[in-house]
Amino acid sequence: MELNQLQRSFLEYTAALFREGFLDSQFSQLYQLQDESNPEFVVEVVSLFFEDSERLINDLSRALDQTIVDFRKIDAHVHQLKGSSSSIGAQRVKNSCVSFRNFCEAQNIEECSKCLQQVKQEYLLIKNKLEALFQLEKQIVAAGGAINMVEWML
Amino acid sequence: MRMGGLATETQFHVLAVDDSIIDRKLIERLLKTSSYQVTVVDSGVKALEFLGLLDDDNGSIDSTTQNHHKLQVNLIITDYSMPGITGYDLLRKIKESTSLKNIPVVIMSSENVPSRINSCLEKGAEEFFLKPVQQSDVNKLRPHLLRGMA
Repeated sequence: MELNQLQRSFLEYTAALFREGFLDSQFSQLYQLQDESNPEFVVEVVSLFFEDSERLINDLSRALDQTIVDFRKIDAHVHQLKGSSSSIGAQRVKNSCVSFRNFCEAQNIEECSKCLQQVKQEYLLIKNKLEALFQLEKQIVAAGGAINMVEWML
Repeated sequence: MRMGGLATETQFHVLAVDDSIIDRKLIERLLKTSSYQVTVVDSGVKALEFLGLLDDDNGSIDSTTQNHHKLQVNLIITDYSMPGITGYDLLRKIKESTSLKNIPVVIMSSENVPSRINSCLEKGAEEFFLKPVQQSDVNKLRPHLLRGMA
């Protein structure tokens, strides 16, 4: 695919992610922090988010599986996941954490399990989408282009 | 803005404290884009260790010890909710320390709780930033840092 087409695909794909609520403006902020001295910043932060989220989701599964469920621990994990998803602009993951915390407070195991499934789903969705986005970026850079954040925000 | 010969050579040194690896990366980058020298630690205990406050409760460690072993810290920015020592505890210990009480402290939190914000400001925090922290927040640090040079 030639460069212009790639760049157009990139813009359309990102616009859709914002429009459908997968990402919020915080994601754009990450690109403001990327420059020639830190050209991989966004990929690095998002990779940290993936690792951290997978760890938290595993911890949450284990915690909900216990004979005696420790809701404070679960709430602490969800709070962390809410924070990190908010920090990278993963809006739908963040919102699913908000609901989760409400059910933690109510100490409702069944609803918490449903929330965990929801969080998992949202996480996998955004992971796939961001990985696809980064692939597109790689192709653009390989074709001699660059990602211009300003265009996104128009 | 340059205040004279000294300021052109020394960079302000900010100590950032956060238990989240993502937030640590973010705050470090935000601070570095403002040309601050940055040290990042992942807990309040490590922060106290870095500041030389762990061995001595009232911070009456010889100030020359601090200067020999560690770079001077011009501002501390810390997350509020951390396991172990919270950001509030850290703030309190710094303000109760004879050697460190004049270092400006800024609190970050993902939760907008007015009573929390008030108690931090009352305890002596200069600013309270809601997460995710923005460049515009980091821009607010400069006046507090410059005041320290007076």
